[in-house]
Amino acid sequence: MELILSMGIGILVASGTWLVMRPRSFQVIVGLCLLSYGVNLFIFSMGRLRTAAAPILPKSGEIDPTAFTDPIPQALVLTAIVISFATTALFLVVLLASRGFTGTDHVDGKERQ
Amino acid sequence: MNGIEALMPGGALTPQHMMIAPILIPLIAAAIMLFYEDRQRKAKMAISLIASVMMLLVAFDLLNRSKGAGPSGGNEIGLYLLGDWPTPFGINLVLDRLSALMLVLASILSIPSLIFASATWQGRGQHFHSLFMFMMMGVNGAFLTGDLFNLFVFFEIMLAASYGLMLHGSGAARVRSGMHYIAINLVASLFFLIGVATIYGVVGTLNMADLAQRMPYIAASDRPLVHAGLAILGLAFLVKAGMWPLCFWLPPTYQAASAPVAAMFAILTKVGVYIILRLTFLTFAPGTGPSAGFGAGVLIAGGMATLAYGTVGILGSQAMSRMAGFSVLISSGTLLTVVGLAMGGGGVAMLAGALYYMIGSTIAIAGLFLLVELVERGQGSVAAMLALTSDLYGGPDDDPEEPEGSGFVIPGVMTILGVCFAALAVLLAGMPPLSGFLGKVMILSGMLQGTGSGPVEWAFMALLILSGLATLIALVRVGIQTFWAAADDVAPKVKASEIAPIAALILATVLLTWQARPAMRYMEATAAALHEPTVYINGVIMAERTVERQEQAETAPTPAPEPERERLGPPAPPMGAPAGEVQQ
Repeated sequence: MELILSMGIGILVASGTWLVMRPRSFQVIVGLCLLSYGVNLFIFSMGRLRTAAAPILPKSGEIDPTAFTDPIPQALVLTAIVISFATTALFLVVLLASRGFTGTDHVDGKERQ
Repeated sequence: MNGIEALMPGGALTPQHMMIAPILIPLIAAAIMLFYEDRQRKAKMAISLIASVMMLLVAFDLLNRSKGAGPSGGNEIGLYLLGDWPTPFGINLVLDRLSALMLVLASILSIPSLIFASATWQGRGQHFHSLFMFMMMGVNGAFLTGDLFNLFVFFEIMLAASYGLMLHGSGAARVRSGMHYIAINLVASLFFLIGVATIYGVVGTLNMADLAQRMPYIAASDRPLVHAGLAILGLAFLVKAGMWPLCFWLPPTYQAASAPVAAMFAILTKVGVYIILRLTFLTFAPGTGPSAGFGAGVLIAGGMATLAYGTVGILGSQAMSRMAGFSVLISSGTLLTVVGLAMGGGGVAMLAGALYYMIGSTIAIAGLFLLVELVERGQGSVAAMLALTSDLYGGPDDDPEEPEGSGFVIPGVMTILGVCFAALAVLLAGMPPLSGFLGKVMILSGMLQGTGSGPVEWAFMALLILSGLATLIALVRVGIQTFWAAADDVAPKVKASEIAPIAALILATVLLTWQARPAMRYMEATAAALHEPTVYINGVIMAERTVERQEQAETAPTPAPEPERERLGPPAPPMGAPAGEVQQ
């Protein structure tokens, strides 16, 4: 599981990094999305990988901490998803506005001569 | 904890709700303004101005509180537990001298920017005031929070609002540089998240004070990972602060942004500097175990490279607005280098000088951005951009609701603008008599007293003086072109409400110069407090929850008021009056 997850994060971040460096604004936004997926998985994995363990404790009774997984990274990743989703959506609007103003989808607003 | 609370029995049992006011005031103001139609600019202006004045008053009150009394080393830590959760688990707001100082600086900048915007800019796009207030909320929250992930949230609030403000007024140039600005900040935010997650994964805490407390006890095998996490985290703030080579986005973005927005963006780079200062001194403070001084070399080298880049850039710029952008970099570079030197044991005096310099230079940069727009109004590129935005949104000329009172055009515009420009040039170049000079002298003298004079110190001294010279040459050159050589140009139409904010900002720096001694004493105590992170850590870790304090009060029949926590007597205006410091 560790190997698959770390390979997944690595591939997402690597392809995201490559795409962010590209000159087309659409490639940049896809790259940003992939990067944020990779980062979200990374945050998630920082709570240690467990299967079949819930992050929510019961209200009463004996609590065995080893039977549960760390809830904080899950809360963090939820916040991070919402924020990066919202800002990426905003970037999409700016991207379209830039396309409208300059007539090209190059990130610098003009084609390289 | 102020005079009124101390007089009320049981007043000490309630938490200091004043501490959260700098976050709540702009939040509520921004939310209320969303209900107004965008044409009702007068009402929106009134609401945001009232909110800004309230923020300024609250900031001064908090500054006054943070000065504290003897036992805390003159650095009273205010703590606000959200939801009254115990310290390392809940999110907390922490107030100390440094954060109070930054709150004051942010509100000092916001009022002139708003008044300037009231003349024309508020009508050139939608939701200007709401975005402005949301950005203030993010900035204030970033200064106050004591939790890394909460810092991320406030940082994102600030950035999201700043994306909107950056695009305010629209136009091809703004959208293009706005796209770069958003892209680079999105990537920086991802670095922030990676850093925070790594730190949590290794240390198991997100509370800054708790992290600082655990730093000396981290296992040697885990230490490189924590360093990596903190370094990646630092990248996000160095992008914001504009350290070379992470700063190429900054001059074009600030140049393209509308004047009041660019003036307010001057504080955003300082948010980056503030967090660098806060985190490095908490986690890597001199004399705190094996991690002490980590990253100092990077800050020194990067800061000096920024300084050099800004110096070359300001000499190579043609447009005044671009010069203003590079002067932001010079200011950041100076501060980052000083932080690095202070981390390596540069001493309190130098850091105090840097804090003093930061206040003056931030105000001066904001003033320059406002002034530049007025001067360039009659000239090419910006005029074209203005014409374009007027077409899109309907200019103020055909807007019946435009306030007429502030609309009269003052005579002798170029003379007044010229005088303001000269004052700002003197401030930024660090010439006597204004605060820029004092700040630089105090940095340099503090450095020579503190670390002595190695090659790094001499290089920094040379760079600092050269950057001042370059600023002077560049600004004088463009000033001669604008104010003397082009006498036949039509003077720009400038309203009184556009000159007044610039004059007010210059007046603030004059006040800072005139009252340099009490201001400097505050900075020295702040710098000394930064060198004593245990005060901050104890202030956060040892603090009791409100529930616990109430329980104690119930068990003990006569709750003895802690004498050192009472601060009676008239609240003194913080920087203006020497009395505030003498009382201690």
